[in-house]
Amino acid sequence: MKTLLIAEYRDGKLLENYAELLGFSQSLDADTVMFLVGSPTDLPKFPGKLYLADAGKYGEYNPACHKRFIEKVVAAENPDIIVLSHSSYGWDLAPRLSCALQIPQISEVVDVIDGLPVVPLCNAKMRRTVKPLHNRYVITLQAGAYTVELDSNAAPEVTVIDDELTENIIFQGYEEAQKGGVDLSKAEIIVSAGRGVGKPENVKIIADLAARLGGEYGASRPVVDAEWVEHNRQVGTTGQTVSPKLYVACGISGAIQHLAGMKKSEFVVAINTDRDAPISEIADILVIADLKQFIPALMEKL
Amino acid sequence: MKILVCIKQVPDMESKFKIDGTWYDTRDLAWRMNEYDEYGVEQAVCLKEQVAGSDLTVLSIGPARVKESMKKALAMGCDRGIHIEDDKVAERDPYSIAAIIAEYARNQEFDIIFCGMQSQDRASAQVGILTAELLGITAVSTIISFNYDHPTITVKRELEGGVKAVISTTAPALFTCQLGLNTPRYPTLPNIMKAKKKEMLSVPVSDVLKVEAAQQTEKIFFPEKKGGGLILEGDPADIAGQLVRILKEKTTVLSR
Ligand SMILES: Cc1cc2nc3c(=O)[nH]c(=O)nc-3n(C[C@H](O)[C@H](O)[C@H](O)COP(=O)(O)OP(=O)(O)OC[C@H]3O[C@@H](n4cnc5c(N)ncnc54)[C@H](O)[C@@H]3O)c2cc1C
Ligand SMILES: Nc1ncnc2c1ncn2[C@@H]1O[C@H](COP(=O)(O)O)[C@@H](O)[C@H]1O
Repeated sequence: MKTLLIAEYRDGKLLENYAELLGFSQSLDADTVMFLVGSPTDLPKFPGKLYLADAGKYGEYNPACHKRFIEKVVAAENPDIIVLSHSSYGWDLAPRLSCALQIPQISEVVDVIDGLPVVPLCNAKMRRTVKPLHNRYVITLQAGAYTVELDSNAAPEVTVIDDELTENIIFQGYEEAQKGGVDLSKAEIIVSAGRGVGKPENVKIIADLAARLGGEYGASRPVVDAEWVEHNRQVGTTGQTVSPKLYVACGISGAIQHLAGMKKSEFVVAINTDRDAPISEIADILVIADLKQFIPALMEKL
Repeated sequence: MKILVCIKQVPDMESKFKIDGTWYDTRDLAWRMNEYDEYGVEQAVCLKEQVAGSDLTVLSIGPARVKESMKKALAMGCDRGIHIEDDKVAERDPYSIAAIIAEYARNQEFDIIFCGMQSQDRASAQVGILTAELLGITAVSTIISFNYDHPTITVKRELEGGVKAVISTTAPALFTCQLGLNTPRYPTLPNIMKAKKKEMLSVPVSDVLKVEAAQQTEKIFFPEKKGGGLILEGDPADIAGQLVRILKEKTTVLSR
């Protein structure tokens, strides 16, 4: 078994998620090679063969160009599985590889059972084992599903590769996330509002509970997208990562992108009408109730 | 400008799911338009409104019930519906779905195609990009902003931590829409009435399915409950009291 791991580089920096790719490869005890469009001065701590294209020359993410590089590496190395993170880079590039190489892609792998990748279905309420109908395939890994301790002394054996530069998109630059306002990462207690609050007026119930507990209030993405709560209070992969002593998730289903932002909380209380909501997987206490009735009752007891 | 938007009908994620063979049981579920696709429809309608003389088609693959979601898209402002009739849509892998869309779209010279970033049930995030690759056109995924200023299209791609990559390109191109791209409109009653008169063409899937699946579901199952978590249920005042007691016992936050 041989894997080709696709590491990521953005805005002058190697991204750390390559450790997750290595963790996956180790779990299969596979031979491993890696590919990176990155910098020769910022290399992964990977003791194996690395195909490196210089980002100084090829710039920031350019799908057509990265795809062509990987096609070349695949021809040279004949890997069984091509592994990317299920990240904005991975979910964009993987289908392009799947199409160019005419091989299946299996998205957001969380596990391997009896040699077959396992992926979530319906917001992780169910799981699916998937059989690729080809002996080579591409996978993307769910963030956090695998990891490995890196050897700080490890260094790759680098093979530099080059190609003509092609592009059908023009990268104009990065725009930073809005900064300022509350810093949820320092809060000891966070009470978060999800879509289950139903309407903007009900955000107040959540904010009041947070104030009563002496904490801050946060929100899931739909509540922020609807502009009921400002973006700097959003918890999750595209918002803030928090680790309070107490996290109260009110009307939040617990999608992986939300969990990624709060799973390091010490104690999690979820208030939800659906006992099967995936938030129940990580909640220390699941209160099955309508938040509009339960929270006022809770306020009376505090 | 010729625009196509692809929508999928998905079950309400709050449903109580049951397993049926290698998929979830599709009976007795409430169905709706995939959330990500609502942003696609809205963006397509905005673009149509911006560019005079545009023509906007909505396409969906699935059994007869998907026409209900297509009617919503027509009421939001799409001009016509293409229903690809497929009772076996749940078994199709992303490659087959993309190949069906590409087969339909090929030779029709759509300038812009919108898809959702992912479907809420399968969440493969593949169909849009695969479709564009099969058609040989540009694809930009996960957009949270779209601007067309002839001939340049400028979009923002959302990356981790809320960082955005600003990208420009030209038609023909396909975009996959991320949550928050815009504010999808509610169909008004007059528009719902008007939508009833809009063209809805049906195409049997056998006319447009020319490929074999690249993968198949072997098994579907419920994740094992890790346990540990305590469930409180019952009278709100009672369980509120219990929760306060537990928080005082197990955490330090209420002991002040
Ligand atoms: C690339 C990407 C990045 C993302 N980044 C983020 C992110 O940073 N943060 C984030 O939160 N999401 C993010 N998302 C979105 C995420 O996938 C989910 O769509 C989102 O987290 C759902 O929010 P929710 O739980 O509030 O809503 P829903 O999933 O709609 O859940 C609402 C919940 O409320 C419950 N409920 C309904 N009524 C009541 C009531 N009266 N009382 C109690 N409970 C009730 C329901 O049972 C349900 O469980 C991202 C998605 C993608 C694709
Ligand atoms: N059955 C379908 N009919 C029409 N479009 C679909 C269908 N399935 C997926 N799509 C499109 O592909 C996107 C991504 O789906 P997926 O790759 O399944 O996550 C969806 O948001 C839709 O735009």
